Amino acid sequence: MSQDVWVTVETLRGEVLEISDTLLAAGRVLADGLGSKLIALLLGHNAEGLARTLGAADRVVYVDHAVLADFTPDAYRRTIAGVVEGPAPRVVLFGHTSMGMDVACGVSHDLGAPLVTSCQTVKVKDSQPWYVSLTCGGKIVAEGEMPGPTCIVTMIPGGYKPEAGRREGAPEVSRVAPPTTLGDLRVSLKGYVEPPAGDVDLTKESILVGVGRGIQQRDNLKPAEELAAVLGGVVAATRPIVDQGWLPTSRLVGKSGKTVKPRLYLALGISGAPEHVEGIRDAALIVAINTDEKAPIYDLAHFGAAVDVSKLLPILTEKIKAAKGG
Amino acid sequence: MSTSMYDTILETTPRGERIKLCIQCGMCSGICPHGFVMEYPPRLLIAALRADDVAPVFESETLWLCMSCFACSQVCPAQIPLTSGLLARLKAEMLLRGKVPAELQSALENTRRYGNPLGESPRKRAAWAMGLTTPVPIMAQLKETVDVLWFVGDYASYHPRVQSVSKAMARIFQALGVRFGILGPEENSDGDVQCLAGERGLFELLAQKNGRTLSKYRFKEIVTTDPHTYNVFKNEYPTVGFSFPVKHYTQFLAERLTQLKPLLRHEQKYRVTYHDPCTLGRANHNDVYEEPRQLLQAIPGLEFVEMPHNRANTICCGGGGGGNWLDGFTWERAHTRTSEWRVKEALGSGAQILAVACPYDMPRFEDAVKSTGQEKELIVKDIAELLTDAIFD
Amino acid sequence: MDIVVPIKFVPDLVEELEIDASGAALDRTFLRLIPNEQDDHALEQALLLKERHGGTVTVLTLDTGDVDETLFTAVAKGADRVIKITGDFAGLNNHAIASLLHPVLQNLSFDLILTGTQAVDDLDGSLGTLLAARLDLPYVGYITGVMPADGNVVVRKEYPGGLIAEMAIRLPAVLGIQAAEKPPRYVVTSLVMQAMKTARIEEIEAGQADSRGAAGVARMFRPEAAAHAEMIEGHPDQVADALVALLKERGLLS
Repeated sequence: MSQDVWVTVETLRGEVLEISDTLLAAGRVLADGLGSKLIALLLGHNAEGLARTLGAADRVVYVDHAVLADFTPDAYRRTIAGVVEGPAPRVVLFGHTSMGMDVACGVSHDLGAPLVTSCQTVKVKDSQPWYVSLTCGGKIVAEGEMPGPTCIVTMIPGGYKPEAGRREGAPEVSRVAPPTTLGDLRVSLKGYVEPPAGDVDLTKESILVGVGRGIQQRDNLKPAEELAAVLGGVVAATRPIVDQGWLPTSRLVGKSGKTVKPRLYLALGISGAPEHVEGIRDAALIVAINTDEKAPIYDLAHFGAAVDVSKLLPILTEKIKAAKGG
Repeated sequence: MSTSMYDTILETTPRGERIKLCIQCGMCSGICPHGFVMEYPPRLLIAALRADDVAPVFESETLWLCMSCFACSQVCPAQIPLTSGLLARLKAEMLLRGKVPAELQSALENTRRYGNPLGESPRKRAAWAMGLTTPVPIMAQLKETVDVLWFVGDYASYHPRVQSVSKAMARIFQALGVRFGILGPEENSDGDVQCLAGERGLFELLAQKNGRTLSKYRFKEIVTTDPHTYNVFKNEYPTVGFSFPVKHYTQFLAERLTQLKPLLRHEQKYRVTYHDPCTLGRANHNDVYEEPRQLLQAIPGLEFVEMPHNRANTICCGGGGGGNWLDGFTWERAHTRTSEWRVKEALGSGAQILAVACPYDMPRFEDAVKSTGQEKELIVKDIAELLTDAIFD
Repeated sequence: MDIVVPIKFVPDLVEELEIDASGAALDRTFLRLIPNEQDDHALEQALLLKERHGGTVTVLTLDTGDVDETLFTAVAKGADRVIKITGDFAGLNNHAIASLLHPVLQNLSFDLILTGTQAVDDLDGSLGTLLAARLDLPYVGYITGVMPADGNVVVRKEYPGGLIAEMAIRLPAVLGIQAAEKPPRYVVTSLVMQAMKTARIEEIEAGQADSRGAAGVARMFRPEAAAHAEMIEGHPDQVADALVALLKERGLLS
């Protein structure tokens, strides 16, 4: 049993995903606060080279096996539980992501360790690690002590800038053998399917007009597109819009979609639920239009106006056209 | 021998036997605002039923282009109940097949869950009435008999622009010394648009709820600012066992014109035209045409002008029978808006103000004024607002 | 394919959320509970699989209040069995819910459990992952497509950026549904009314709930944002003017 903090690194097709930096930043806060070590757990196949990007950790534990080349829930769960069991750290951090959520609970179950999810930030209080989690669409915060002796925590992006989880210097890497139970896996990867080579690559656009449930009618898409065109940008969407089929998935911004860093993100009728907000946090200028003055988007946006989107759009489009001398 | 769809429709549509009288004259399709874009305007719907070739009708989505404006029902020489009968019944078949545009589906599901198609919290239904200098009594708290049970309606309760009309109405009631009350959070959607959109079951659920709630209270009559409420209370609620005396507010006020007129002190020097709401006028021969005009003509300084399409010939705003949630759907197919057509006609009549008396007309015509770039030429106001302008400083 | 769809009822975010007197939990007085949106998707996916490949769909939920309508609606949509677990449940965490569903699931035979990949009020994992762990079944979440294949299923799992991983998973299994292949279908009110008259909701008494495995909540509160947007007041006209000025100032209108 120790007070160490472990972080499970997420990788996809040979790259370390940004959530890992968030986890390292949080892990650093905990380890420093507890006076213990921060250890990054990296799984893969011929992927030891990725360890050198994990400088924020004091040490990297690397497990290599052919079945770990790509993420699959069963293999990763068994490996992580098997490796972490002995050292029994105080906290194990996972991403609150498609990968992290598939395994965190299984690991929690295997180790008999309590599970906390949707965590945004962490802190140390009276020598104990604490979680601060978001719930109910980001409208409510819950915080408490992470129960010991080992606590499994999944973290959403946004509480820490990824830069805070990156440090210079290659940490010491120790190779650990995979657990013997890596045969007879119940889940196997068949392959990847690229997103349809959509019309646009949102990540390359400097101006985005995001549409959310609050635009209410498909009829309001056209004015949004006109506004985007006049601004020289494109329309992006939240999950409900894409699920309705109003826009293709290539336009999705947020958890299962793109993370974007445009110069301008105009959020129309978007409430600001964490799943979407995690995709737009780093936009240089966020302007939100939502008649609900209590919408969480206003906690992120730089400017806002509680006016009706359908009333604003045509007027705004005209004025921008005029301002641009059109 | 299995029953054909034609026979089923005849049997299960109220007064459906009249469909047999169709002579395929095409008056309905001709007058339908979307007749030009529907694959199956009313005439062809009946033809398809008679030919027992209905599957393509349900594959085509154009039934949803019907905005329940009652124009076809109005002109049909055989007086077939097209709008509230045949079309509603066929829309029900579309719903049964799961062929419903997403926004309309949300509106129906919201009605089920929240008692209003907007998906707003029922607890906030009377929020518009809070903090007004004119108190708006809520029946559950009032516990006394009133003269008027004011059924406010969905849009008048929740839509910011239409809430202003509700506030104006409250002031008029008070100025006339009317003892009134509203149901507030106990009020559910009247069910008119849901009924016309084919959801008879949902309408009956709403009617039961409203009917039972209303039966708890003592009042002389129901007055409403919503023609849809007027239409459905007058024509459909009795079929589920609830008959209440109901008036549209223009009828109520027109009855009290001698009391009202002296209060209209401030001149309103504008040229004003009036849009006849479909559900107040030609729908089901409700035929409320003159009372709104009497009120407008009682306002000093007001110059009243008529649009070419007036009274039973009115041009629908496009919001009826679910149309309010089908704008995107409609636009993709028709590329015109009846509301824009109407606004252009209002401008053509020389009017500066387009007077309305329906909570759907207000936002729809204001949008049309904007989308046609006519904000400086034409203002949309409810008759209640024009009256309060004339009464108060 | 025999499929079980557990449905969790969650706070409706349309209503205002208040914290109760303890300062560590939601005030349940005016809380409206609605079926978790992604569980609706899970049910839709289950019904699509039934339509394509045959089998049965069983819907299961804790009787947290007004659940009957949801169950009858599921029947009207095509579910074969609907079960509610009765007892006294107030503000249970997911571990507790999973502990109550577990013995019931053990008595059902199924190929798949489909449930929403997460719910708005999750703080201790998602129900699907907890059920999978208890039942010792494989779990894959963030699913947007399910295809039976040779006694297994192949699922489409979503990754960031819209990338999809296709994974084969051995049955029986638990899947966390992100979105059904089609939006949840509409069911006409008269069919739900009919189901209310003809269908039967099976009732099973709950066992002991076990909420261990979660963290305690010391404090629950509405966040005061460290920052808040600078709000532009006025009519759309004035807002538009202010926005144009802002964009110009930031060099975004050149």
